[in-house]
Amino acid sequence: MTVNGTERVVDDVWAGESLLYVLRERAGLPGSKNACEQGECGSCTVYLDGAPVCACLVAAGQAAGRQVRTVEGLCDGDALDVVQQAFLAAGAVQCGFCTPGLIVAAHDLLARNPAPDDATIREALSGNLCRCTGYEKILDAVRLAAARRAGREVAR
Amino acid sequence: MDFLRPRGLAEALAIRARRPDAVPIRGGTDLMVELNFDRGRPGALLDLGRLDELDGWDRDGDTIRVGAGLPYQRIVAELATALPALAMASRTVGSPQIRNRGTVGGNLGSASPAGDAHPPLLVSDASIEVASVRGARRIPATEFYQGVKRSALAADELIVAVHLPAAAGPQQFAKVGTRNAMVIAVCSLALALDPATERVRVALGSAAPTPRRCAEAERFLTAELADRRWWTVGTPVSEPVLRRFGALVAAAAAPIDDVRGTADYRRRALAVLARRTATWSLREYRQGGRTCA
Repeated sequence: MTVNGTERVVDDVWAGESLLYVLRERAGLPGSKNACEQGECGSCTVYLDGAPVCACLVAAGQAAGRQVRTVEGLCDGDALDVVQQAFLAAGAVQCGFCTPGLIVAAHDLLARNPAPDDATIREALSGNLCRCTGYEKILDAVRLAAARRAGREVAR
Repeated sequence: MDFLRPRGLAEALAIRARRPDAVPIRGGTDLMVELNFDRGRPGALLDLGRLDELDGWDRDGDTIRVGAGLPYQRIVAELATALPALAMASRTVGSPQIRNRGTVGGNLGSASPAGDAHPPLLVSDASIEVASVRGARRIPATEFYQGVKRSALAADELIVAVHLPAAAGPQQFAKVGTRNAMVIAVCSLALALDPATERVRVALGSAAPTPRRCAEAERFLTAELADRRWWTVGTPVSEPVLRRFGALVAAAAAPIDDVRGTADYRRRALAVLARRTATWSLREYRQGGRTCA
């Protein structure tokens, strides 16, 4: 499979293990988090062929030959993506566990809808849980990222 | 455990016939939970992810064929006008991440009484296209569900597609859960008005061993509308009639008490959902336009 633009081959994969396990334990990409293992919490959200999915619910073999993009693949070298920067600037990171999944979900939302209203943001993040309950600042971060993206477009 | 990766439907059906211990997987949103929690260890996974035959949807006249592997997200985005009840139900499935993977085929394969797609398929008189090395057949949705997580699918068959008519009149889907997103239905209901036959169809979910049509309630409201010449004249339907309709829907249920709700609550909620969706649909037909749960 291709992970963050690089072709990766992993060995000794058990047929029943998840894409999340492969990413974290075999590919050395611990950004996607493992929590509920049942698609409820969204902390393992990654792009699979361009669509955000719960990596814990994708069988490893199903990702063979596919394009995977994790939270590690959103930045450009050391330069964080605008969504990542906005999460830092807005104080939307508390314990940080849910952050990677939320960032991928927010990244996808803004790619599809550059100026989402609050209801749309809430809906897009409805599959991501934050146990610190820092949702207000998370919403602030998405609004900020949307505004900064819009500004960047104007600046061009 | 083996991971079997057929490249086409014919190969998948051959494997299905040869390996009864292989469990089909497409979206994985049900099956992977079982594996992650070690609740079951099938002999093999039969990955249907590369079967083009299950992809997409197409339309032939008034009939729409929805591939068993079409994710809910695409039903919401592409079929909201043609299949309103199924699209509304798809919209209530899980989260965006789940809707990007989950499929109607998976809902049917699991045959959980709580599956969101079932009531819309029932009120649309859908048929389920299944195939095996013995050939293909169509199973009416009304005959597909046979018990809790049991269906008419034979051990060597795979679900290929669902066939259903494009909506000719208003349709609604409503679902009760503990919050708006990410919930398994406590109970659910779909309702369709069919102007061509001047009939009402209604089906409930998560309130009986299988999703089911509510025949008494359908007959009652269909007859009331005929008596009032509602379809042509539009004589308003009174509140007591709608309440009676709700009561008949509730009477069609056979719910249990479980972690998501009590049987009594489910009956009461179904009566409300039935009255509400009927009110919305009747109004939509008279006034045009669409209201949404």
